[in-house]
Amino acid sequence: MLSYDDLQALWLTLQLATVTVCVLLIVGTPIAWWLAHSRSKLQTIVEAVVALPLVLPPTVLGFYLLIAMSPQGIIGSPWLQFTDATLSFSFTALVIASTLYSLPFVVQPLQTSFEAVGSMPLETASMLRASPVDAFISVASPLALRGYITATVLGFAHTLGEFGVVLMVGGSIPGKTKVLSISIYDHVETLEYAQAHTLSGGLLLFSFITLLIVYTINRRLPIRVA
Amino acid sequence: MNILKAKLDVKLPHFRLQADINLPSHGVTAIFGPSGSGKTTLLRCLAGLERSPTGCVQLEDEVWQDEQQKIFTPPHQRSIGYVFQDPRLFPHLSVESNLRYGLNRTPKTKRYISWNQVIDLLDLGPLLHRRTHHLSGGEQRRVAIGRAVLASPRLLLMDEPLVGLDMQRKHEIIPLIQQLRDTLHIPIVYVTHAINEVLQLASTLLLMEEGKTVAAGTLSEIFSRLDLDQYLNQDTIGAVIETQIEAHEPEFSLTRIGFNGKHLFIPQQRFPVGHALRVHVLSRDVSIIIGPPPRQTSILNVFEATVVEIGSMSPDCHSVDIKLDVGCPLLARITRKSMASLRLTPGQKVYANIKAVALSHDLLGML
Repeated sequence: MLSYDDLQALWLTLQLATVTVCVLLIVGTPIAWWLAHSRSKLQTIVEAVVALPLVLPPTVLGFYLLIAMSPQGIIGSPWLQFTDATLSFSFTALVIASTLYSLPFVVQPLQTSFEAVGSMPLETASMLRASPVDAFISVASPLALRGYITATVLGFAHTLGEFGVVLMVGGSIPGKTKVLSISIYDHVETLEYAQAHTLSGGLLLFSFITLLIVYTINRRLPIRVA
Repeated sequence: MNILKAKLDVKLPHFRLQADINLPSHGVTAIFGPSGSGKTTLLRCLAGLERSPTGCVQLEDEVWQDEQQKIFTPPHQRSIGYVFQDPRLFPHLSVESNLRYGLNRTPKTKRYISWNQVIDLLDLGPLLHRRTHHLSGGEQRRVAIGRAVLASPRLLLMDEPLVGLDMQRKHEIIPLIQQLRDTLHIPIVYVTHAINEVLQLASTLLLMEEGKTVAAGTLSEIFSRLDLDQYLNQDTIGAVIETQIEAHEPEFSLTRIGFNGKHLFIPQQRFPVGHALRVHVLSRDVSIIIGPPPRQTSILNVFEATVVEIGSMSPDCHSVDIKLDVGCPLLARITRKSMASLRLTPGQKVYANIKAVALSHDLLGML
């Protein structure tokens, strides 16, 4: 039913989304934590920067990233020096681009849930001999579990569907940077509607089922964060 | 000398705390004052949850904060237990995991309180496998207290731990706190605005008002000072006397208690002879007689007394408090009219009457 090309695109897309979500959770947690707890004046600026991909046309983001990741760019040239490989049109470039593109979808739910948890549980933990890191791991993050689930799903789903940014920084190299949404576009362009239907329908079903599972878990979770 | 010392100056949005305290670090020290007087902020500064830009905090030989030397021990390294106003149990953990949270993080060498001791004392056994949100208000408080105590704190801070509970629950939990004090020997700093909790728990009292520490001392010292009546409720002014049960007279339903060689009859108590009893003798229940006491009177408790000090008399108040010495301080409240006719002066010998029935059971603290 699926051609070798399509399977390759599917596999690449899943890899990209998984890696991106992992990177996002690691990068997003401290940013969201800082936004939730800091009283700094920089906060508003950082919040705006994080939210930028929500309103910025993906092609604009992709365009600037393409320049930055080119062998002469501010990310691409040191990358070339250290790894002896060009950054643009590689899988790594896709991960970097996807991370930036999906950042608000991970940071915002985390920030909201950290704010809901508040500082009280952390104070309580510190009065029970827990260091700040210990208190974060043992109290704050389990209490923010819903935020983490939402962030993971939104981050994953959003990365699955990206098109503009990926096309700009990755091109469409089969097996390397050609993801599902680009495959769908190619099929439609060459009037292969059957293949486009299979891939689109699959993505639609997958997205719906994922969201259904997440909302079910979220509703049944015994943790009340209030 | 075991001491808890602190000098603090904290500016908050609506409020400035300026405290200079020097308290014994054993037994229960009550911090008493109206809402908004800075009691909680003081406690948070002691715990390190709030940082005073200047000042210092010290428990015995351990300096927790000294801004001149840039010392600030983070809260989790202070070995402090904190029972907050609301129980603040961790909702994602079972009751048992809540209780073990601090215990598991306490090095074995620092543990001086055992699991069994606390579980038995606070009767937590039946609750261990429950989820925290299935507990009643009183049960949540008990778990919160147990959790703090199980971390073997050097000092236990309690911020109005009984607020919001009904009378019956309070009467259940107060004896448990007395046991923490007497059996486990945990030094406690106890914030409250309920004077009966002070009477039942504390040996030392610190009065606060508008962010300032007004006075500190033993309960007997503070309650016998005439200059502090503005900080106490008018209905609670009166001397606190530490006594011992000497005998029971069941045929009259009375108990004889003694202090400094004097005796006092009060309604019969359920405690055995020899039991220490703290009584609060309200000044409004003490009257003064000049000259020899009448031979025949229904009043049981009459003492020879010396007038020590006469309280301030304001023209818009009908009464005045008199401080007497009956071997220990005693306060009596008389009308200004009586004052005018008796012409009391310091040093004068008088007699003090205490109505036996005036010692209501509610105000008897157990020690």
